Amino acid sequence: MMKWVMAVMLTAAVICGAVTGRMKEVSESFLSECTSAVELSISLAGIICLWSGVMRVAQKSGITEKLAILFSPVLGKLFKGLRKGGKAMQYITLNLTSNILGLGNASTPLGLSAMREIEAEERSSSPEKASHNMIILTVMNTASLQLIPTTVSALRLQAGSSAPMEILPCVWLVSVCALTAALLGAEFFRFLCNRREK
Amino acid sequence: MSLTDFIIPVFIAFVMIYGLIKKVDIFGEFTAGVKEGLSTVYEIFPSLFCLVVTIAVFRASGGMDLLSELLSPVFTAIGFPSECAPLAVLRPFSGSGSIALFDDVMTRYGPDSFPGRVASVILGSSETTFYTLSVYFAATKVKKTGYALPAALCGDVAVCVMSGLAVRMLLGC
Repeated sequence: MMKWVMAVMLTAAVICGAVTGRMKEVSESFLSECTSAVELSISLAGIICLWSGVMRVAQKSGITEKLAILFSPVLGKLFKGLRKGGKAMQYITLNLTSNILGLGNASTPLGLSAMREIEAEERSSSPEKASHNMIILTVMNTASLQLIPTTVSALRLQAGSSAPMEILPCVWLVSVCALTAALLGAEFFRFLCNRREK
Repeated sequence: MSLTDFIIPVFIAFVMIYGLIKKVDIFGEFTAGVKEGLSTVYEIFPSLFCLVVTIAVFRASGGMDLLSELLSPVFTAIGFPSECAPLAVLRPFSGSGSIALFDDVMTRYGPDSFPGRVASVILGSSETTFYTLSVYFAATKVKKTGYALPAALCGDVAVCVMSGLAVRMLLGC
């Protein structure tokens, strides 16, 4: 999948650059962007290290397990075949809770650990193919569910908005619609895939 | 100082104190966690690097602008302000890029205008889909992401369709 995304974007970039006469910018962006990719990874490393440390302490003291059991009635319906209160479910719960609380920096490392735990627990016979649970988790993460979209309200305040928080109900409504659409999409495409395999 | 500033420090302090009460070696476990975190970064770095560069090159070539221009008739048809079309197109690809475009809409039309509000809703209710997908699957051995991308894009399309509608319905303009 990713190889096609990459091939299409690179080819399009070369063609667009040549047609619009922006080949100089294209060429420069290769060099400048590899630096910013490294910078991004380093700043990401700091945040991931912090949350991995905190979460390991939370795990060893049993907090994560309690949270996971608390949310398991709801999440158990979405993620089928995972152990109740198991490591994968714990990370999934924490990943989604930190999303809702708007702790974006915390949710990514938790989500990555959740992916690995799902992989370890399912022990699929074809490990190079994404499982349904993995897809549900990533899809839920792409439909940002947030109680308070902090970045946007800060940016609105900065731009001189008279009511930076007035968009909250709209954001909630649209987020829920996006999540529903993505989950329905996942079920629909799974149905199509299963039919094609038969 | 706002209430949200309390969430992270209080949470971390709570975890550490609770750990102490439960007789966990908090320093030892914390550092072990940091080590795990660092190896996660080490493993996701190659694909992250590759994607960041590809997206930036695509943007520099003007491909992104062309894409949003091509899509603008579609957007107008669903009652979506065409001023926000570049943002809607870039949003799944780049977080920093969409913040830049968002800022552009803010200064040009104002935060309390119709395009300004729609832009806020888009930024608040969607994620950098491609980045999220590639980082999440990079953490596993998965090479075939199956229907993850089409399903996630269903969500992004829903954001486009709903954001204009939601602002009209709930804020009246």
